[in-house]
Amino acid sequence: MSDKKQVSRRQFLNYTLTGVGGFMAAGMLAPMVRFAIDPVLKPSAAGEFAAVVEESEITNEPQRFNWKVDQKDGWYESEVEKNAWVYKDENGEIVALSPICTHLGCTVDWNSQEQFPDEFYCPCHGGRYTKDGVNVPNTPPTAPLPVYEHKVEEGMLYLGQAISRGSGI
Amino acid sequence: MLQKIYDWVDERMDITPLWRDIADHEVPEHVNPAHHFSAFVYCFGGLTFFVTVIQVLSGMFLTMYYVPDIENAWESVYYLQKEVAHGQIVRGMHHWGASLVIVMLFLHTLRVFFQGAYKKPRELNWIVGVLLFFVMLGLGFTGYLLPWDNKAYFATQVGLEIAAATPFIGEDLRTLLAGDPSIVGAQTLTRFFAIHVFFLPAALFGLMAAHFIMIRKQGISGPL
Ligand code: HEM
Ligand code: FES
Repeated sequence: MSDKKQVSRRQFLNYTLTGVGGFMAAGMLAPMVRFAIDPVLKPSAAGEFAAVVEESEITNEPQRFNWKVDQKDGWYESEVEKNAWVYKDENGEIVALSPICTHLGCTVDWNSQEQFPDEFYCPCHGGRYTKDGVNVPNTPPTAPLPVYEHKVEEGMLYLGQAISRGSGI
Repeated sequence: MLQKIYDWVDERMDITPLWRDIADHEVPEHVNPAHHFSAFVYCFGGLTFFVTVIQVLSGMFLTMYYVPDIENAWESVYYLQKEVAHGQIVRGMHHWGASLVIVMLFLHTLRVFFQGAYKKPRELNWIVGVLLFFVMLGLGFTGYLLPWDNKAYFATQVGLEIAAATPFIGEDLRTLLAGDPSIVGAQTLTRFFAIHVFFLPAALFGLMAAHFIMIRKQGISGPL
């Protein structure tokens, strides 16, 4: 007991009890925390392509097309409808835009507002986008509309995931 | 009879000092509306607590019928409101109380703010109060999804977009709340239910305990 570095009985008990207690708390909490954050760590499902429309129907004017995909939401499987605004730009390239407003997620419409011709318009807070889906400055959206991955096979347009072009704010 | 039971317990456990500590203290004149009517502003904290008690009780009873499953949630709420005796009242208490509690909380905060009652030594209790406010907003946000109707669904959609706008961790935060990176669905409803009914009430009780212990320790702030 003369050596100053010696640990007193009280200290020793404190250390061991804290250590054992901490170990037990961690052992209890670790599985629960991992359980709770699982959705964040799950690898995102690879995008599948779905047939949407015959290429010949696509014009220079955005048209809204709907298609169905099988969706797995945890234990719940269902068929959900997706939609896109699709047109050919001046170079004949197909553009498929997601209709989901990048402000707060309402659904945008094409050319629906007399005072904003040839623009996408969001009725919720008056968000606007030009034909290429780029948000008009000084309207609520902070990013362009996402673009669907697309491919054309045997005259059929297939769309995959909507890829965001810059995230909000 | 009651007195006898009390005495029997008190003789063995000496409970009188326990409840005296909690309940037996003077209400200073300046906070008593019977003396100065304007002192009614001191009631808002107590009213917040009162509405919170109603929320907790009515919420506990709602869970006897409510099912957090996307196939059944709406039907179960419809059933408990339309078919169960007094269902409209119990759901109504929880529904309107959820807004009223925020109103009371806000008035209470205004009183504390404009009287400067948050100043030394009560800074910590102001901080606890702000945390209580966030927990209440969280309860309102998560509870709003539970009826699983269109309004609930799209309000949550918007709320999750707001969460996703957080710098750096936004997308992960949304996934953590919704249970899926892109779907507001089955996993969102179960998560929101768990948060609404277990996690946030637990936080609420802990914070309220801290709030009230500090008030007893420090007393109410003096007259202006
Ligand atoms: C103290 C704060 C609380 C607030 C602010 C709150 C808020 C809400 C809100 C806004 C709703 C949606 C109600 C509707 O649209 O009709 C709701 C529903 C619900 N809450 Fe709470 N709640 C609180 C506490 C609790 C507690 C402690 C429980 C359970 C232990 C609970 C259980 C439920 C249930 C089961 C529902 C779904 C039934 C329905 O929608 O009518 N709540 N809550
Ligand atoms: S959600 Fe589209 S402008 Fe706000």
